[in-house]
Amino acid sequence: MLEKNNVKFRQSIVVRFSGDSGDGMQLAGNIFSNVSAEIGDIISTFPDYPAEVRAPQGSLNGVSGFQVNIGHGVHTPGDECDVLVAMNPAALKQNVKFLSPRGVAIVDIDSFKKADLEKALFKTDNPYKELGLKTQVVEVPMTEMVKAALKDSGMDFKSQMKCRNMFALGLVCWLFNFPVEEPLKFLKDKFAKKPAVYEANAKVIHGGYDYGHNIHASVSTYRIETDDRKPGIYTDVNGNKATAWGLIEAAEKSHRELFLGSYPITPATDILHELAKRRDLGVKACQMEDEIAGICSALGAAFAGDLAVTTTSGPGLSLKSEGLGLAVMAELPLVLIDVQRGGPSTGLPTKTEQTDLKQALYGRSGESPLVVVAALSPSDCFHMAFEAARIALEHMTPVILLSDAFIANGSSAWRIPEIGDYPEIHPNYVTPDMKGHWTPYMRNDESVRYWAIPGTEGFAHRVGGLEKDYNTGALSNNPENHERMVAARARKVALVANHIPELSVKSEGDTPADTLLVGWGGTYGHLYTAWEELLKAGVKIDFTQFQYINPLPRNTSAVLNRYKRVIVAELNSGQFADYLQAKNPKLNIKRINKVQGQPFLVSEIIDGVKTILEGE
Amino acid sequence: MKTNNQQYQPRDYKSDQAVRWCPGCGDHAVLNVLHKAMAELGIPPYKIAVISGIGCSSRLPYYMNTYGFHTIHGRGGAVATGFKVANPEMTVWQIAGDGDGLAIGGNHFIHEVRRNVDLNLLLLNNKIYGLTKGQFSPTSDRGFVSKSSPYGTVEDPFIPAELVFGARGTFFARGIDVELKISQEIMVAAAHHKGCSVVEILQNCMIFNNGIHSYITARETRADRTIHLIHGQKMLFGKDMNKGLVQDGFGLKAVTIGEDGYTLDDVLVHDAHCQNNFLHQQLAMMDGHDLPLAIGVIRDVEAPTYDACVAEQTADVTERHHFKTLRDMVLAGSTWEVK
Repeated sequence: MLEKNNVKFRQSIVVRFSGDSGDGMQLAGNIFSNVSAEIGDIISTFPDYPAEVRAPQGSLNGVSGFQVNIGHGVHTPGDECDVLVAMNPAALKQNVKFLSPRGVAIVDIDSFKKADLEKALFKTDNPYKELGLKTQVVEVPMTEMVKAALKDSGMDFKSQMKCRNMFALGLVCWLFNFPVEEPLKFLKDKFAKKPAVYEANAKVIHGGYDYGHNIHASVSTYRIETDDRKPGIYTDVNGNKATAWGLIEAAEKSHRELFLGSYPITPATDILHELAKRRDLGVKACQMEDEIAGICSALGAAFAGDLAVTTTSGPGLSLKSEGLGLAVMAELPLVLIDVQRGGPSTGLPTKTEQTDLKQALYGRSGESPLVVVAALSPSDCFHMAFEAARIALEHMTPVILLSDAFIANGSSAWRIPEIGDYPEIHPNYVTPDMKGHWTPYMRNDESVRYWAIPGTEGFAHRVGGLEKDYNTGALSNNPENHERMVAARARKVALVANHIPELSVKSEGDTPADTLLVGWGGTYGHLYTAWEELLKAGVKIDFTQFQYINPLPRNTSAVLNRYKRVIVAELNSGQFADYLQAKNPKLNIKRINKVQGQPFLVSEIIDGVKTILEGE
Repeated sequence: MKTNNQQYQPRDYKSDQAVRWCPGCGDHAVLNVLHKAMAELGIPPYKIAVISGIGCSSRLPYYMNTYGFHTIHGRGGAVATGFKVANPEMTVWQIAGDGDGLAIGGNHFIHEVRRNVDLNLLLLNNKIYGLTKGQFSPTSDRGFVSKSSPYGTVEDPFIPAELVFGARGTFFARGIDVELKISQEIMVAAAHHKGCSVVEILQNCMIFNNGIHSYITARETRADRTIHLIHGQKMLFGKDMNKGLVQDGFGLKAVTIGEDGYTLDDVLVHDAHCQNNFLHQQLAMMDGHDLPLAIGVIRDVEAPTYDACVAEQTADVTERHHFKTLRDMVLAGSTWEVK
């Protein structure tokens, strides 16, 4: 259920710096917008000075602000801001009205003491509640950290505090992936004659930047807006929350309890957070001792009869490989969610990539096929998490859902499903009449073994990682039997293709173009926007985005082979292109790739397509 | 001890699979005793799950007529934890060896003990890797010569009990494969204990480590080198039950009643239910040399179990929020309508 039509892709962000007029907010904002302009963004700014140049410190009248809108297609400084930096309670109070309901407030928590709150005329000790602030608040001990950074500088406290703005600037640079060196160039010019002041500010900027890095701070920088909306009740979701909710929906529709075995890892941890909160809906979310225990506890829960899930990111997926192999062998329903980030190894933990595709498809010992699906957008995470769970439960197989840092943190409006929008899920249970002649690896017509929930009389059985006899389910070393079981497991996964939607192509006319633009997963918003722009520019091109990776939709080869050329755009070195090529050796595949830990820019895709077409 | 309403016989817990351990392996005895203990406990086979990792002893689930899961090396504890949380009605037994449980699975072992998951963990300790044909394990003594330590190991072993106490375990018992009755007694006690019940069984590997425990287990000297601890009873041992354990400063001492002025009154009475584990640890660390090796239930105290706490908290929180469905919960948050 992805946003089919009239997708408007917004890639701009509004940041508002606010503080006392003596806090240097204008300077921080100015530098930030100069840096943005320098690295190619279009900007629009709006300084918001107080009437009094030096109103009493910390008072409501003394608040100064600077708003900057950065991104593409930006024409105004923005009606509301996505990130509000508030150096004190007064700044928060004065500016909270500009903060988007999806935004994030960053405050210097060291300046939120009782006296500070009183100066800003707060009545209670909970300013957020008093302001009705429901968005995320990041509390940063800026004063303390600036003090610590400058303890050897010889500066007095008052001078040190003048550098606090640079700490905020450093943190914001981290959030938007601006190189920390850029603002330093501006400061160097500004303080050319005061090298000591420059050194102090540089130190503090680095401090803010490193703080963001250390706490893996991230904010949503991405939204899909749709203007042709289906009637209904809407709420805002980011991809991680939507994923958690999709799993809960699947638990309700399958009448199984939801178990999560997980271990914190950026950028997947928010799914654990949300599911831990949803104990109010009966979710059993367990934070385990490591990634391996995450998947293994989930496997135990799957064997016990729960809808079992484990969540992770790339390095965690590596640790879970052996557990996935056991899930393949024991033929248990399991959902693994991989919120992809830049790799290999620790790589770029907060940045987005699509580089785990081959690991998801092949990263196990032996012949171990499993189902791989991918989510297209924040709200599609709900749908695909539901799908992953449906396929796992109905086909007794592990399913990997590939999300990524970009859609996990990105947000979109999401229509809350009406009762009946999502189908009932029917796991392949044993039935009472099977008692006596049932064996654990007996299969239905679609090669799916039956699920006997422990505690059921007459169905006590053993499963495990050793190969089993096709008929009896007992341990077996028989060579022909092993080959037969390998084929049965592969057939089961291949037949899932009968239970997923066919691939649909977006095309301007009735007849297909010569060229098909192909993507998969979280690049949907960029590719869609690029496709629209290409059509406007007169380029004849069709577009499709894959959600189901293994098995592919049944009509995939038929669709792809209609085109003279297929351009696969992905945030890796060509993993999906390789996969499609292997399955369709004669297909003329061209590639657009980017591996920078950053999403595509729409212009990159447009230029990439044009270059390919011109080169032929 | 037999319960009155014994509906089940040991054979009801036995699967039809041929047992494939080597002749003379200590695992055979453990398996038979487990069948008997289960019959004594009288829990229906379909209400029991036996979960293991990888290794000789981890084959055990295949020989049980219960629900069973033979998982991957070292991970039995994590699988068992998820299983018990998902399905707390089931009685869970975990089978691990010294390599499986304390080397590759060491992390899961200490955490399941720390969380106090309500399961019974049989740790079969033969101080060797058998399935891979004879490498030293984390319980092998320093200097132990094996295929992977031809010049002797240069590392100290784990004492399993010490790990259990370090992880704040609530139950620890020890048995030896040749003492069938005591093994059955401690398995039953482990099953009755709510929480993570660790039962270490010293077990012989005929092929790769034959006689590793014989200093303790040899028939002639066993009575003098072991002490069977029973809650509420004097700590007496020896062929003639005339030796006892007494407190000696900060530690323990073995004495002979009637010698050096010691009387029966001086002998300590075992208290397995004492919350303070100081003396339990001292008892568990005795190794059969200066002091007799302790077998029986050494520690058995009550504490909240992880699985029950998850279930209680879930019941409590769902009651307080009374959302019936995801839709209820989402609609209670901030929303807007498109008409």
